[in-house]
Formats: sequence, structure tokens, C-alpha cells
Amino acid sequence: MRAEPLVEVQNINMTFHSPEGEVSALKNLSLDIYPGEFISIVGPSGCGKSTLLNILAGLFAPTAGQILVHKKKLLGPTSKVGYMPQSDQLFEWRTIWKNILLGLEVQNKVTEETKSYAQKLLNSYGLSEFKNLYPSQLSGGMRQRVALIRTLAINPEILLLDEAFSALDYQTRLVVADEVKQIIVKEKKTAMLVTHDISEAISMADRIVVLTKRPGSVKKIYTISLTCSDKTPMKCREAPEFSDYFYSIWKELDVHV
Amino acid sequence: MSEQATVQVSAEHLAYQKRVSMYRKKVLATQVAILLAIIVVWELAATLRWIDPFITSQPSRVLRTLVSLHNEGILYKHISITVMETVVGFTLGTIIGTFAAVLLWWSEFLSKVLEPYLVILNSLPKIALGPIIIVWVGQGVMAIIAMALFISIVVTILGVYSGFSQVDTDKIKLLKTFGATKWQVFKKVIFPSSIPTIVSALKINVGLSWVGVIVGEFLVSRAGLGYLIVYGGQVFRLDLVMTSVIILSAAAAVMYQAVVVVEKYSLKWR
Repeated sequence: MRAEPLVEVQNINMTFHSPEGEVSALKNLSLDIYPGEFISIVGPSGCGKSTLLNILAGLFAPTAGQILVHKKKLLGPTSKVGYMPQSDQLFEWRTIWKNILLGLEVQNKVTEETKSYAQKLLNSYGLSEFKNLYPSQLSGGMRQRVALIRTLAINPEILLLDEAFSALDYQTRLVVADEVKQIIVKEKKTAMLVTHDISEAISMADRIVVLTKRPGSVKKIYTISLTCSDKTPMKCREAPEFSDYFYSIWKELDVHV
Repeated sequence: MSEQATVQVSAEHLAYQKRVSMYRKKVLATQVAILLAIIVVWELAATLRWIDPFITSQPSRVLRTLVSLHNEGILYKHISITVMETVVGFTLGTIIGTFAAVLLWWSEFLSKVLEPYLVILNSLPKIALGPIIIVWVGQGVMAIIAMALFISIVVTILGVYSGFSQVDTDKIKLLKTFGATKWQVFKKVIFPSSIPTIVSALKINVGLSWVGVIVGEFLVSRAGLGYLIVYGGQVFRLDLVMTSVIILSAAAAVMYQAVVVVEKYSLKWR
């Protein structure tokens, strides 16, 4: 039905060991991610969403199963996968420009070509005049944009957003979600967002994957199609189907307090 | 970007600025007044024989002692020896201590193994090691530097290491997703983000190095401010003791300020 998947998650299991015992975080989780789609992962607290993201980022290997990126087995961190942390995690002692080059420095890829790509990103997203400032001189929303450009600078094919907006206040969060979505669409990137916020997931994603409670596996996948004029997350929140999706995902999560 | 040039300053704000500057002046004036009062009362009390200047000395005698030490040409010799010992002890303590902290960070196994030893070394009053140091290193400048080093190094190791361990794990995680090696993690995040902790360890160290040097000079030396203090005490020349203590406070204050300047420079991004 579609192109080849970009990422194939095949039957992964993840077990963590600690002196208190062992915990199974993920069980038989399989998922295909296609190029250009925006996929969002929701699930009950502690269901292993972040574990899945960490495995995709190459931080640790699954206990069983495998992950293929372009049909090749993922063996560790790679420049094909870009990770965007929960809060911006800009390095306060580096200027904005040096922050953006961080990933390239680590991968020994600071060349004229990569630098001009980073500069182009800065220009397109209105940050070039802040290049030589330090992060503490920027607003929360701008810092988040810098964090996104830092991830984009290594030119990854898929972006992993780890509750990327949860550190922001509500208003900023809505605006930043809009911006980030637009940038990702414009740069033609594939993205995976882990979030607690169902509305955020519906407003941004093409598909929403609901995980079961621990050990996490795929419970249900929703394909989101909203009738809204310009497809920005903010406008999408006004779509008539929005509340139906919200209600059925909410029921699927089966939250008890 | 600079738009502050055109900002209109209201009368209230001017009044506020004036209040702030008045307050600052008041603090400074009081500080100076206290110092002058101490000097005047001390001098008067000694001149009028309320106290015995033989055991309390007095400002005019301190001044005379200072001038005569200067004329004999031995003042700068003593000052420079003590300052040299302190600077060397402090620098060695900082460098070796930081290096040891890096090793502890590098190997979790090593840090677990050494933990109880460091705790004991930290709680041990290092002055107790004085005689051992003298026997091993000999009576002289080296023993004094070793004393300063011993006193400052354990605090440096523990302070810097705890700085390294407190670095935000999410920043380390971010670097790892870029594929960073352990050395890159150290260079790009652990060390730079620990600079504030390292600098505050330095501030404590300056004081400890002075303690080490003066104690060392008490024990072994034939020169230096600590020697002058001990010698003055033994021959009951309290003028000499007071003069040396005052010079010592001035030298320690200058060195502390030097570290503050380093701190300001290294934290310019704040």
C-alpha cells in the first residue's frame, strides 16, 4: 500500500534488571514507520514509551528482537536517527551557534558543507541574529527551536521527540508544537513523538500508536484524518473529528486513579 | 538590538537608583568607620595604658615594625616565601585533586573501592600528619608545600568528583544519542558544566592552603610569615606577631580576590 518502511521494529522485548528484581518493560512490540509520517506514541504511565524511544535512539539494545533502519540492523546511535530531549538541554556555556554544532562535533562532521546547512536552518527559522548569544538570553520557545535545529543539523531521517514540549508552559507549548510540526513537514522528516498529552498527539500526528500497560506492546493504531483548513496543529484542534478521537483514545488508555 | 538608549527614565526610577546608591555608600562608610574605630580605640587604649601594649601591641608599633622590617630588607623575603609556598601548594592541590576526580569519574569501580578511604582521609585532621611529613620529606620548604597539598587535596577530590556526578544525566544522554564516546562526554559536558563546582572548590582551597602553609611554617620553617608569628610569640615580640598576622590577612584577601576574578571570567555565560 505504501513505500518501504523507514524503520521496522520487529518483536522487541526489553527487560531491566536491578537488585530488587527484574522488570519487563516491553513485550513483543512490533511497529513499522514509513518515510514522511508523523507518528505519536501514547500509553499509560510507565508503559515503556520512553524505553522504546531510547532503544530507537540506539542507547541500548533490546533484550530480544531487532530494529531495522532502511533494512539494516540498528546497532547503536546513528546519524540517521535524531533525538530531541524532554527539555531543550542547551549547553548554557556554549553560544547558540556552538550548541547547534554539538552533534556535528561529536560525529566529527564539522565541515564547510555541514556548517552552511546549519546556517541555512538558522536563517530559515529566524535565529541567525541570535547566533552569538548564550541560551540564557533566549525565550523558552526560541530555545526549543534551537534544540530542534541542533537535532536537524546532523541531518537525520527520523526525529525522536521525547515529550519534547513538556517543560514549556501551556501557551508556549501550543505555539512551539505548531512551529516544530511546520519545520518537520518543511524539512520532509519522519518523526515520532512520545507524549502524555492526547490532544497534542491528535493535533500533530498522522498515526497514533496506543501502547498497553507494562509490559508495553501495541494495543491499537489510529490513523488520524482531520478536516481542517491548513493542517497546523492549532487549527486541527478545531476539527469536528477531534473530540471523537480524543474520546476513543482516552477510553483505550483506560486510566484509573 | 540595543534599544535601551532611547528608554525614558521616570522620576520614580531616578529616585530608586539614588536610594540604591545611597544604601551602598552607607554600607561602605560603616565598614570603613568600624576599621578606623578599631585602630583608634586600640591605639588610645594602649597609649592611656588601659591595656598593656607589651602583650597587645598597638597600631603605631605595628607601623614601626613594618617600617623596620622593610628597612632591614627582610619583609619581602618572608612574604614572598609564604606566598610562593601557598601558590605552589594550592596549584598542585587543584591540579592533582582534579585529575584524581577525573579518574574516579572514569572508573565507577575505582570510586566505589576508594570511597571509605577518602571518607577517612577527609575526616582525619591533616595536621596530625605533620611529623610524618617532616620525617619523610625533611625540614624545609618541601615539607610545608606537602602540608598545604595534603590539607587541600582531599577536599578538592571530593568537591570536584561530586560536581562531576551531579551533571544532568539528560545532557549526557543527549550526547550519547549523537554517538559520543566516554572521552567526548567528559570533554563536552562533564568538565564544562562542572566549572562552577570546581571554582567553588578553589575558593575553599585557597583558605585551606594558607592553613597548611602556616601550620607547616609553625612546625619547620626558618622563614616566612608563619615563622615570624611563631618566633615573635616565643620571644614575646607581640608587635612582630600582630604585624605578621595583618600582612597575612592582606595576602590571603588578595589571593581570594584573584580566584573571584577567575570565577567571573570562567562563568561569563551566566
